[in-house]
Amino acid sequence: MTTLRSHSHLKELEDEGIYIMREVAAQFERPVLLFSGGKDSIVMFHLARKAFHPGKIPFPLMHVDTGHNFPEAIEFRDGLVEKYGVELIVGSVQESIDEGRVEEETGPDASRNALQTVTLLDTLKKHQVDAALGGGRRDEEKARAKERFFSHRDIFGQWDPKNQRPELWNLYNGRKKPGENFRVFPISNWTEMDVWQYIAQENIEIPSIYFAHERKVFNRRGVWLADTEFINKMDDEEVVTKVVRFRTIGDATCTGAVLSDASTMEDIIQEVASARETERGTRHDDKRSETAMEDRKKQGYF
Amino acid sequence: MSNENELNTQNSSLKTGEADNAYLNMDMLRFTTAGSVDDGKSTLIGRLLYDSKSIFADQMEAIEKSSKSSGEEEVNLALLTDGLKAEREQKITIDVAYRYFATPKRKFIIADTPGHTQYTRNMVTGASTADLAIILVDASKGILTQSRRHAFISSLLRIPHLVVAVNKMDLVDYDEATFNEIVADFKEFAHKLDVSDITFIPISALKGDNVVDKGEKMDWYKGSTLLHHLENVKVDAADNVLDFRFPVQYVIRPGMNFRGFSGQVASGHVRPGDEIKVLPSGLTSKVKEIVTMDGNLDVAYPRDSIAITIEDEIDISRGDMIVRKDNVPTIRNEFESFLCWMNEKPLDLNKQYILQHTSNQVQVFIDEIFYRINVDTLGREDTYELKLNEIGRVKLKTSKSIFFDPYQINQRTGSFIIIDPTTNVTVGAGMIRAGSTVSKKVDDSVTEKLVSPNVTWEPWNIPRETREEKNGHKAQVLWFTGISGAGKSTIAKELEKKLWSEGKQTMLLDGDQVRHGLNGDLGFSPKDRKENIRRVGHLSRLFFEHGNIVLCTFVSPYAEDREFVKSLFPEGSFKEVFVTCSPETAKERDPKGLYAKAEKGEISNLTGFDADHEAPADALVINTDKLSLEDAVQKVIEVLNA
Repeated sequence: MTTLRSHSHLKELEDEGIYIMREVAAQFERPVLLFSGGKDSIVMFHLARKAFHPGKIPFPLMHVDTGHNFPEAIEFRDGLVEKYGVELIVGSVQESIDEGRVEEETGPDASRNALQTVTLLDTLKKHQVDAALGGGRRDEEKARAKERFFSHRDIFGQWDPKNQRPELWNLYNGRKKPGENFRVFPISNWTEMDVWQYIAQENIEIPSIYFAHERKVFNRRGVWLADTEFINKMDDEEVVTKVVRFRTIGDATCTGAVLSDASTMEDIIQEVASARETERGTRHDDKRSETAMEDRKKQGYF
Repeated sequence: MSNENELNTQNSSLKTGEADNAYLNMDMLRFTTAGSVDDGKSTLIGRLLYDSKSIFADQMEAIEKSSKSSGEEEVNLALLTDGLKAEREQKITIDVAYRYFATPKRKFIIADTPGHTQYTRNMVTGASTADLAIILVDASKGILTQSRRHAFISSLLRIPHLVVAVNKMDLVDYDEATFNEIVADFKEFAHKLDVSDITFIPISALKGDNVVDKGEKMDWYKGSTLLHHLENVKVDAADNVLDFRFPVQYVIRPGMNFRGFSGQVASGHVRPGDEIKVLPSGLTSKVKEIVTMDGNLDVAYPRDSIAITIEDEIDISRGDMIVRKDNVPTIRNEFESFLCWMNEKPLDLNKQYILQHTSNQVQVFIDEIFYRINVDTLGREDTYELKLNEIGRVKLKTSKSIFFDPYQINQRTGSFIIIDPTTNVTVGAGMIRAGSTVSKKVDDSVTEKLVSPNVTWEPWNIPRETREEKNGHKAQVLWFTGISGAGKSTIAKELEKKLWSEGKQTMLLDGDQVRHGLNGDLGFSPKDRKENIRRVGHLSRLFFEHGNIVLCTFVSPYAEDREFVKSLFPEGSFKEVFVTCSPETAKERDPKGLYAKAEKGEISNLTGFDADHEAPADALVINTDKLSLEDAVQKVIEVLNA
């Protein structure tokens, strides 16, 4: 008697993501959407627009700015804020350094990536944020495979992997005590491939550095890093010009490029389909130790 | 080391991309795998990921490195699925981990749950979202208790498809008779269960037979390989497409002219023009539009996230449910369910919990436990409590009616979770049964009955609110806790006189008073102290309902007991005052001569002497070494008025 719905996996993931967005708006008082300018947060923003259409997104975006950005990502961020008239909160790692909350790392591998955690927690606290929507996905890394959609953080913003609430059906428990907050991951069930397919299907605009372009880079321990003022090169590190693109966008000091001539969405999907490394394989910060991600998460990182 | 890890890892795992946009036609299947490490579960998942080319080179390198550093000779594919540090150290999976892989036809989400005895909780969690369950049986061992438990939980959670993967066929020389025997055994057990679709597949995860590729060793098997089955099984079998249920999640209201009720269709379908009814108000209207950012829809189906606008202006908010006018769910505040307990702290029949159901949260008491199910034998057992990982059939009573369908016919509107309001943790998961009643327990004598038989709760004749209005103030409970001699009674007595002179309705309950008479049968063991406080809690509840400001002065050394009393009252109306002083001061004051007796050895278990007092975490603290009586009373009044 009834024709059945179409069952595309992207539709299913989208419906789930929208559902989570609405749960957050309904269950929390001061949520924010963490926005880095990377593809995952762009997809999140797109889902949020869909969730509250024709209304506006009922929460601000929050960007934790290490100061070590790819200019293309910042341009993109500001363009989007302008176009959709959303509020943007910026938490600045530079300010945390200036205020003496954190100390800048030194040496060739110096990165502000780890310092972000303090800035993030400070900014969340300052704005009394009770739920921060993040674009983390379970396929990214081992420790994330057991992450919940609604991830409870104690009053210090910390994650206790042994004390997470069971999640059943589509019932998400966001109850908390004053001062505690949640990280919420609406695209938990998406893979890198799903994200790219969705961007293609929905025709979502993304920063230009995801596509192949010429860039000055140098190779450090197998990772191609962009030649920027933020990284201290060692004497034997030679800067060369290569055609590259980025698979993730993070802090410029620890996000590696891949050699690629993928210049269209179709090319990228092709490339992702035949990739031999996970996208975090280009992330220097995960390579520090085998449980690097889990350790950082416990301290409040995403 | 078992031969679990001998998977051939020589071939590079290049994924071949599909040329066109075939992904637009892919769908998605969520399945759960249950089985212990010995059944070869991790190897099976590893095999699925590996043969479907879903393992990346850097993941492979990472587990190679990890296997080597823990002294294993072969690459341990189980490491792919064991996420957290503690687990890797203990070499067990302790929680649900989610894995992803895709073939050109379908995307798969695996909820990988451990198979240990104590982890029913995780199995239930993984099963709650699954379209299919793979139950692993070791061909060399046959059906074990654990396989039965998995099958039972799968049927309890109504997973529509069951696959019994008879693994390690290589260890039984790929023998058809062995396989057939296991199939027969399983079927005999399964006919007691409510499962409609069971598929049996003989496999060897280690060697790869019948997982992704057919293999040559089992020509006698004519069925499909595991992956082929996973790719072709119907994905939406659990959806209820008949009964339209739309729990309202969030109201979208950008301006005066638009009011959209957003949510995910729980079941059934809806079209513009459909006549609808809104619960709980019962008001009716018609669907005007089904709104999405991609344009308005002609029809919406289960799991579609949409917004509905309606023809008439009706007040609708989160927690309400929109249904078809002539097809409504059950609306009740008393119902029965299967309940799986998920917390170390057992279910407490006296405690008020929160029940979360669709987009609704209400207060709930679990009124009665009819029986516990022995998940291994399926037998019913008498019990007065449910502990972690136990499943029971219970009766619940909620503060407001909820709108539900039995879980058997509608998973979305028949499922709920239980939350402990003290810790906010999810402590239980329930599946609502159809409105039948079951026979009472056979033997009541073994059960601590906390609700007398044959009584039903009656609302107060004159509600508290009415009394409060007449009294001109709110009813409240102030709980003074602390060791003997700290000054609880002195402060409370002075405070009560002051309140009384201001025309307030008050009552003071004191430890020694209630231990004459009401609690005269109790001593000072932890158990008796607990019971003492339990009774006092209910007693103060009666005075509270009468509109009083109730002042309770009890040593009450255990935080847990005080938490219980707190749980009897609405939020904000119960406040703790921790009265304290140095042990020396208390001994010196010794208002009842107790310390002197204790020193002579005439009494034991005296709090502050040879028994500890657990200080409350967030109470007003009054140190009577430092504060005068007047100042102490003033401080308490501030809390009272806060």
